[in-house]
Amino acid sequence: MVLDRVKEMLAERLDLSADEITEDSVFTDLGLDSLDMAEMLMDADDEFGVTLETDAEMNTVGKLVAKIEALQNA
Amino acid sequence: MQTRRVAVTGIGAVTPIGNSVPEYFEGLRNGVCGVAPITRFDTADSKCKVAAEVKGFDPSRCFDKLTARKTDLYVQYAVTAADEAVSDSGIIGSVDPERLGVYVGSGVGGINTICEEEGKLQRGGEKLVSPHFVPKMIINIAAGQIAIRFGAHGPATCFATACATGTTAIGEAYRAIKDGYADAFICGGTEAAVNRLAISGFVNCMALSQAEDPMAASLPFDSRRGGFVLGEGAAMLVLEEYEHAKARGAKIYAEVCGYGATCDAHHVTAPDPEAKQTIRAIADAMAGVEYDPEHTYVNAHGTGTKMNDKVETLAFKSYFGEDAYKLHISSTKSMTGHMLGAAGAAEALACILALTEDTVPPTINLDSPDPELDLDYTPKTAKKTAIDTAVSTSLGFGGHNACIVMKKVKE
Repeated sequence: MVLDRVKEMLAERLDLSADEITEDSVFTDLGLDSLDMAEMLMDADDEFGVTLETDAEMNTVGKLVAKIEALQNA
Repeated sequence: MQTRRVAVTGIGAVTPIGNSVPEYFEGLRNGVCGVAPITRFDTADSKCKVAAEVKGFDPSRCFDKLTARKTDLYVQYAVTAADEAVSDSGIIGSVDPERLGVYVGSGVGGINTICEEEGKLQRGGEKLVSPHFVPKMIINIAAGQIAIRFGAHGPATCFATACATGTTAIGEAYRAIKDGYADAFICGGTEAAVNRLAISGFVNCMALSQAEDPMAASLPFDSRRGGFVLGEGAAMLVLEEYEHAKARGAKIYAEVCGYGATCDAHHVTAPDPEAKQTIRAIADAMAGVEYDPEHTYVNAHGTGTKMNDKVETLAFKSYFGEDAYKLHISSTKSMTGHMLGAAGAAEALACILALTEDTVPPTINLDSPDPELDLDYTPKTAKKTAIDTAVSTSLGFGGHNACIVMKKVKE
């Protein structure tokens, strides 16, 4: 559920469809720079009602989704 | 050291009468009017109803989706025009990147982005303001983005002299090449300020025409004129050291051979009624230039405000004397509206059309000439006549005067 929505949010920004994005997709490979990531996290805060902090370790779609789910369940 | 000369080797344009140079030139030859009812916002409570908007612009010509999202429209216009100019010139690969500069200005910058992000701030505070906000709206970012795109490591600067910006950028690039600071420049101006806030400001400082008929709104030199019509878009030139251009067999459109820059130091919006510094800008640009007035095109600033057209006519008469009556003058703002920071660059391209095709673009809709303005403003339709010298004048809020002179290149 979170994964699908994150994929949609990314697809909206990129010239890609949601099914071209996987849990293993690396943000920088998708073309996102640090400002794009900051903006993506702001939009995710709004979308999922969480507060994400910039974190260099959180470099793939899967890791972002896991973080959002962890915060939601905390 | 031998005097370095400066050639124009590439041109690009996004304008209210065409989104590429061939379309823009076609519009200029045919006297196409780019003015129409405003579509960008609801004008019900505005005194201003018309503008010369760019039509059918497609940002995907130059940008992927992610980049388009984080670039203001004024940058999109600039990069699209620069792309056309650079590709037309064929300069990439044949100039040392450290000798390629970018002088691209804007009058206003990213005002659409400022308005959008201010709205978010009011709605939800700091946390809603995009991390892209600052690099998206700052006035130098068109120059920055163009430098990134083409790997230009020479001087990159943004000039902002309001309505004179485009001419300033070209003139300064000309000087920098002449003086040896670079071998080539991508230079010009860009603007995308057709929005409610900008229009409201221009209306209230009494600069804009309040006409509702698009064919009777932008009326330079006409007795009915009541202010300018806001335009938008971008125009870019590749300027290149003449021998550098010759050596690589580049197509040379024209030679830039003079530039003058002065300031009225008189009033924030009104020009000096005696035009002293406008005259001096023309004199500085014309210094040492041989010309025959009958073969000279003057692209006037010609905004269609009461004062501008009067002051400019006075300046032409003062500088050229009796020869002023022999000049071929026009205001292409009658077609494009006032593209503000892009105006001077779009008008430099109109000069190139005149020089390369011996065609003087017209002042369209000049049906009711102001009897006090008695020069030849090329009313209504383009004129075929041999043109060998072209002069473009620009006057900006702040009292900026800029003038450039170009010549036909003879083998």
